[in-house]
Amino acid sequence: MNRRRFIGATLAAGSMCALPAVAALATANEPLRIGLTPVFLDDQAAFLNRWRTYLSARIGSPVLFVQRASYREISEQISARQIDVAWMCGYPYMMDRARLTLLAVPLHLGRPEYHSYLIVRDDLPEVGRIGDLGGKVFAFSDPNSFSGSLYPRFLLHDAGLSLESHFRRSFFTWSHRKVVEAVAAGLADGGAVAGYVWETMSRLHPEITARTRIVSRSPAYGFPPFVARSDLDADIVRTVREVFVDMRNDAAGAQLLETLNLDGFVPGDPAMFEPIAAMAERVDSR
Amino acid sequence: MLLFRDLSFRYKIPLRAIVLVLVTAGTLTAANVMREYDQLRSDLLDNAESLGRVLASALITPLLHDDLWRAYEIVSLPVETEVPSALGAETLMVLDPQMRVYVSTRPRTYPVRSELVEHGPVHAQLAVELAALRPAAGGRAIELAEADDFFVAMPIVADGVSLGTLVMAYPKSIFQPRFLAIVNRSALVTLVVLLLLLPMSAYWGRRMADPLVQLADCMGKVGDRIPPESEYQLYESRDEIGLAGTQLKSMLRSLREKQALEQQVIASERLAAVGRITAGIAHEINNPLGGMLNAISTYKKHGQPELAVSRTLPLLERGLQQIRDTVAALLVETRVQSHPLTQQDLEDIDTLLHPHTSRRQVALRWEGRLAEPLSLPSTAVRQIMLNLLLNAVEAAAQSSEVLCRVCREAGQLRVDVLNQGEPIAAERLTHLFEPFVGGRSEGHGLGLWVTYQLVQQLGGSIDVRSDAEHGTVFTVVLPVSKEDAG
Repeated sequence: MNRRRFIGATLAAGSMCALPAVAALATANEPLRIGLTPVFLDDQAAFLNRWRTYLSARIGSPVLFVQRASYREISEQISARQIDVAWMCGYPYMMDRARLTLLAVPLHLGRPEYHSYLIVRDDLPEVGRIGDLGGKVFAFSDPNSFSGSLYPRFLLHDAGLSLESHFRRSFFTWSHRKVVEAVAAGLADGGAVAGYVWETMSRLHPEITARTRIVSRSPAYGFPPFVARSDLDADIVRTVREVFVDMRNDAAGAQLLETLNLDGFVPGDPAMFEPIAAMAERVDSR
Repeated sequence: MLLFRDLSFRYKIPLRAIVLVLVTAGTLTAANVMREYDQLRSDLLDNAESLGRVLASALITPLLHDDLWRAYEIVSLPVETEVPSALGAETLMVLDPQMRVYVSTRPRTYPVRSELVEHGPVHAQLAVELAALRPAAGGRAIELAEADDFFVAMPIVADGVSLGTLVMAYPKSIFQPRFLAIVNRSALVTLVVLLLLLPMSAYWGRRMADPLVQLADCMGKVGDRIPPESEYQLYESRDEIGLAGTQLKSMLRSLREKQALEQQVIASERLAAVGRITAGIAHEINNPLGGMLNAISTYKKHGQPELAVSRTLPLLERGLQQIRDTVAALLVETRVQSHPLTQQDLEDIDTLLHPHTSRRQVALRWEGRLAEPLSLPSTAVRQIMLNLLLNAVEAAAQSSEVLCRVCREAGQLRVDVLNQGEPIAAERLTHLFEPFVGGRSEGHGLGLWVTYQLVQQLGGSIDVRSDAEHGTVFTVVLPVSKEDAG
C-alpha cells in the first residue's frame, strides 16, 4: 500500500462518519471553541485531551477547549462570541439566557440534576446547618456558581443572616474542588460545593473528602448545562447536541463519561433552570 | 578484680589502639557534626531567605486583593512538595500588620484571623520580635531558646507599605537526620578501621609481649640455680627489650661464673682443710706408731716370747704396718729427690699399665710426647699419671679406648686422661678428691686424694668433667719452672 492510497483511504473513512453539519463548519474553516469552567474536575489535562480528540472526530471538525479560572470570564467570552459553546453553571446561564441556547444537560445518577452540599471540617460535629457556622471561616467556590455561592447565600438569606456579619471571614476559591480542599485542610470551617464534584472527588480522592462532613444537601436543581451562543449555526447546534447525547452509546464515549462520573447527556429543557433564576432574583434583590 | 595495669601487653596494646581509634573517631565526628550544623544552618537560612523573598513577592497581589485561597495556595507550595527536602519548612504563615494569622499552611492549628499571641508563649515572644522587625530590613532569622523551631521572618512590602509578614518555621530537629547520617557513617568507618586495626594491634601486642614474657620467664628461673643459656631464649635486638635481654644474659653469665668460682673455692678450701687435718693426724699417729714398731722389732730381736705372745706379736706388727701404710698414703710427700721428667718415664708408665690394659682389653693411646726433660719431679708426676690412668682403665668400658694426651703449653705441662666409661654422677663429682670417697669396691679410696695432694704440692690444678657424651676427662696442669724450660 503506497502512501497516497493510505491517505485517500483515511480521508474516505473520515468523510463516511462525517455528519451534514461538517459542511457548515468546514466552510467556516474554524475550530469549534468550547469553554470550560470548574463546574467539574477540570484539572485533568490528559482526560481533556482524550475528550477533545473524541469530540473532534465525532463532530467532524477540530474542537478547541478554552479553560478559564472563573465563570465570569467564560460568560463574557461567549457573549463576545469568542467561544461557541460553554459548560457553565445554571445560574450564569439563567442570567444570560437571552443570548444562549441550551445544548445538552449531563445526567448524574440518571438524572439531569445535582445538589449543593454544605460541608464542614470533620472535627466540627456540632454544626448542623449554616446558621451554626457563625464566627467561622466560610469558603465559596465561584461568585457565579449556583451550588457554591447562590444557594448558600440563599440559605443565609432564608435564615435572616447577613453574609458579612455571620462569618468571621469568607472567601472564594473559584473552584468546587478547592472548596473541598480548603475545608479538608481547615483553612475554612465550612463551605458550599456542587454535590456532583464532592461525589466525584470522593471516588478519586477519598482521603480529602474523608476530612469533610456533609451537613446538608439542597433539593435537586438543573445540572450545569452545555450552552451555545444563540447565533451559532443551528446545524452545528444540532450536530453537537447529537454528539453529546450519543456519547453514552459508544465505548469510547462511555469511557469518557465514566471518568466524568456522568451517565450521559440529554437535550434538556430551559424550564428546569427556572427555580435557579427565581432564587437569584430573591437573593440578589435583597 | 582484674586491673587494667595487670593485663598482659597482648591485650593492653589492642585495647589502647581501640581507645585511640574511638577517641579519634569521636573527635572527628563531633567536629564534623559541628561543621555540618554550621553549614546546614547557614544553608537553611540562605534557602529560607531566598524562598521567603520569592513567596513574599508572590503574596503581594493576593494580599492586595484579599484573595485568601490564592495566598494559601502560594504558601502551601513549599510544604506540599512530594519530595521530602531536608531543608523544608515545617509551617509557613502570613501575618497581617495587626499580628493576626492571615493564612497558614496548618490552618487547623493556626486558624485564619487568630491572634499570633494566642498560640502560646513562644508565639507571643515571636510577636514581640516581629514587631521590632523593620519592613525595609528584609529577611531575618529569629531563634528563640524555648521554641522547637527556627523562625525566618520576611516582610511583605508593596510600594513601601507593609502588607504583612511571612513567617517560616523550620523544626530544630531538621538537622537530626543529617547528624544521624554523619554519626552512622563515622561509626561504620570506625568499625572498619577497628576491624583492620585490631588484628594489627593484636599482632603488635604479641610482638611486644612475647620478648617481655621470655624475659620474665628467664628471670623467674633464676633462684638457687642460675639457668644455663640453653634453657632460655631471649629476643635479640637493639631496642629497649633487646637491650634488657642482653643485659640479663651478661648478668646471668657473671652470676654463673661467680657461682662456679665460689663452688671451686669452697671445694678447694674443704680439701685444704681435710688435708691439714689428715696431715696433722697422720703426724700425730706416725710418732707413737714408729715407737710401737721399734718396740715390737726390739722385742722380736732380744726377747723370748711365750707361745701366745709370739703368735700375737706378728698380728700386732701387721696391723701397725697397715696403719703406717695408710698414714704414709695420707701423708703425701713430694719432696723426694727425683730426676726430671722425661719421655722414658711415660714409657715406663705404659709398661707398668700393660697387665691392666690387657686384662681389661682396653687400648691405651698416647698423644704427644716429651721432646726434652722437664724440671718436674718424675716420681710425683709418674704417681699422678699412674693413678689417673689406672682409674681410667678400670672405669673404661670393655674393648674401649683410654686416651692420654700430654702437651707442653706456655710454662706448663698439661695432661688429659680420657675414658669412655660410665660418667661420674654429678653429686659425686663435688666430693671426688676427698679421702675415702672412692666409688669402686676395691682400693682404699685414697688414689684421687693422693693425686690431688700431689698436684697441689706441685702448684698445679686438677679438674674433672664427666658426661655421657664426652666420657670422663681428668685434666692436670702443672707449672714448669722457667729456667729448666729452655
